[in-house]
Amino acid sequence: MSNKDVMLMAHLMRRVGFGSSKDELEKYVKNGYDNQVDLIIDSEPNYEISKHLINRYQPDYGSPMGNTSNGASWLYKMIWSDSPFKEKISLFWHGIFATGYAKLANGIVLHDQIKMFSKFGLGNYRDLLIQLSKDPAMIIWLDNCESHKGAVNENYGRELLELFSMGTGNYTEKDIKEASRAFTGWTIANKDYMTTKSQRDSVWPYGRLAMHFEYKEDDHDGDEKIFLGEKGFFNGEDIIDIICKQKATAKFISRHMYSFFVEDEPPVPEWPYKEPNNPQAIELLSEVYFDTGYNIKEMLRFLFKSEFFKSEKVWNKRVKSPIELVAGTLRITKEFERPDKQQSSANSHTSFMGQHAMNPPSVEGWHWGTEWLDSGTVVERVNFSSSKLGNVNNSGIRKIIDNVKSNISNQDSTDFLIENILEELGSIIISKTTKDTLKDFIDSKINSLESLNDENMSELLQLIGAMPEFQRA
Amino acid sequence: MKDKKDKSLVVIQLSGGNDAMNTIVPYNNGIYHDSRSAIHLTEKEILDIDGSLGFHPEMGAIKNLWDQNKVAVINGIGYPVPNRSHFRSMDIWHTAESESIAPDGWLGRTIREIDPSHNNVVTAVNFGRGLPRALVCKDVPVASVGDLETYGLMPDIKGKSQRHDALSYFSRMYGPNQGRDAILEALGENGVSAMNGADILSGANSKYSSSIEYADNPISNNLKDIAKVIFADVGTKIYYAQHGSFDTHAGELFNHAKLWKDLSDALGDFYEDLKEHDKEDDVTVLLFSEFGRRIEDNGSGTDHGSGGVAFVLGGSVNGGFYGEQPSLELSEQIEGDMKYNNDFRSTYATLLDNWMGIDSVPILGKNYEKFNFIKKGT
Repeated sequence: MSNKDVMLMAHLMRRVGFGSSKDELEKYVKNGYDNQVDLIIDSEPNYEISKHLINRYQPDYGSPMGNTSNGASWLYKMIWSDSPFKEKISLFWHGIFATGYAKLANGIVLHDQIKMFSKFGLGNYRDLLIQLSKDPAMIIWLDNCESHKGAVNENYGRELLELFSMGTGNYTEKDIKEASRAFTGWTIANKDYMTTKSQRDSVWPYGRLAMHFEYKEDDHDGDEKIFLGEKGFFNGEDIIDIICKQKATAKFISRHMYSFFVEDEPPVPEWPYKEPNNPQAIELLSEVYFDTGYNIKEMLRFLFKSEFFKSEKVWNKRVKSPIELVAGTLRITKEFERPDKQQSSANSHTSFMGQHAMNPPSVEGWHWGTEWLDSGTVVERVNFSSSKLGNVNNSGIRKIIDNVKSNISNQDSTDFLIENILEELGSIIISKTTKDTLKDFIDSKINSLESLNDENMSELLQLIGAMPEFQRA
Repeated sequence: MKDKKDKSLVVIQLSGGNDAMNTIVPYNNGIYHDSRSAIHLTEKEILDIDGSLGFHPEMGAIKNLWDQNKVAVINGIGYPVPNRSHFRSMDIWHTAESESIAPDGWLGRTIREIDPSHNNVVTAVNFGRGLPRALVCKDVPVASVGDLETYGLMPDIKGKSQRHDALSYFSRMYGPNQGRDAILEALGENGVSAMNGADILSGANSKYSSSIEYADNPISNNLKDIAKVIFADVGTKIYYAQHGSFDTHAGELFNHAKLWKDLSDALGDFYEDLKEHDKEDDVTVLLFSEFGRRIEDNGSGTDHGSGGVAFVLGGSVNGGFYGEQPSLELSEQIEGDMKYNNDFRSTYATLLDNWMGIDSVPILGKNYEKFNFIKKGT
């Protein structure tokens, strides 16, 4: 098994999931790269995190009512699922269709939205947009329940075009109004009661309730509309059909995929003004979009097997989002075998780093890439990964230390020790400067097997958690 | 007169588009009541200013400062060709560039003017998560603080000499070296300024003492932290915080009231705190939002609009109305919105030239007409 193959597999696993351990990587390399891509994309998780387990230890996780338990139960799945790809897909869509607790005051509908992403997120884009337009959390979030025949609320119509499909510059203000008209009547059952509960942030008298889509024919504006040059008595599905046919939609969604899975693109508001990093890749993905009938799974299969994805040029060219950083770190440390209270508080670290799951700063979601980094979030990020890796009581860290000790003899060089640890952590690639810094630390403290004690290993691992390379994926 | 170097600017962003019409309320205008059948405020509720306009009922603490002539209300603020997308409009306010996409923010450029060789990493301090674009400028470090009390790097490494070593390894890994790509560039810059900023700011927290009890909500906590840094005299010139969301498409009466109550009370406490520390004339506060909202309500809230309202508060402010209250007559509306009558960059220019003592032209790209809401001789 060549080192190159392991490195490539490590790259794939950082992108389809949250990184893999040395053992896992070796197993996957044996499957062959393309096979492994198919396995990841096609297989259903054979062990779904048991709801009973979550209910047993943390009842609020299982039927998420409040603001934080929702993110905590999702994080638990990211850490323990044997198919983290599913969670990664939901995270991808959550970033684009970002919907927030602040306005809903109801965790159940947000939880249901994430479930919807994992169910429809690898299907075709048309179905996903229809599900999204019927999603109760989205209907409240962008006020479609307040849009009526004769009193149109443009919020959903606008964001559907601007943020969820085509991007600015590809439609007119008139198209927004017409699209909004077509979605009148798309609301939730018992709307007045549900929205009043949200506004009052009330749990009385029945707790936070699940919500359901309802189509109200009598509140739907059935008159003729002209949308993107087409004329007809359009309803919401027709609008989505027209949207999905657009080249702009293919490019928009391809660029999102490229940014999330290949390398960071600038944030969406800059797209009309800046060329993609790799325009050819966007073209290729757009072709797959049309050739496969808007099929997301096939676009991703193509992406992961493509040369532009496998190229070393894009390895580590993403800044981990806070959720990726926290989930990836906790997959290494394996400290939360049960969904307990501490795990819930670990979840809140993602918000300290600027990403509170299911509570985005605005309908635009989060700006990614280097925009995750400022002198404040760098402090949070470095402190989290360095503290977690440095805790030798965590079973994952314990095992790494034991493996390293059994691989190393007194004759081995400092380089060999560093390589060994980085392999254990999932084949992390580091710069010469970082390597020299680690070497200086090791040479000053560790000169024999005996000095590979917990105290020194903890400090070394804290330094590794603090490396700039640990912040990248 | 105090030395210019003591002066600072606090910018509070009202995210989501504050509804200007329910903030400074034209409460006896018939068109207001007609267009706001669902969410109007009545004469009985509002805090009257001049018999035609009144503050939102929850803005008591701001009204109190207004009565002391310390609040400038800038009505009809905006920019040509309104954009009703949150992101784009916020971007325009942040970059002070309404036609093209600018690479940096107006405050970032200001910091570069104040401290071109960036000797002080806390020239600007952002409170909250994520650096707003207004503060972004290449090579300009800004400290970004969630909570002043817990600010610092690798706190698990204890022991003075171990910490010293760890931080020196850290600075080597993040310091300038060969072959950096954009990501490492960003990590490096932010890592190093984080390290330096942490040192300075942890001091500010431990020195603070005050008799003012702030409420426990995010904007109050931010203003309290800002006060701590002001009193520590570490050379900070610009403070930034955000409050929201003002995106009141629905349930506006309820949500808008809570937002203004929290903010107004926090500003009242903040001003008292400044007074207690003899700093009330050294600090000027700007409140802005990316746009106002539609004149007509949608049955439970208001949709994105254009012309809005901004506030400048402080001991060195000439209180009063600036700009004009836009007419609500149909013929004077712009696509159903209040029409802007003064460019937000006039307010920026006034703050830069007359308050900060910094030439606004290179920062804003041209000369904007200025208001006189800053007292002469301050």
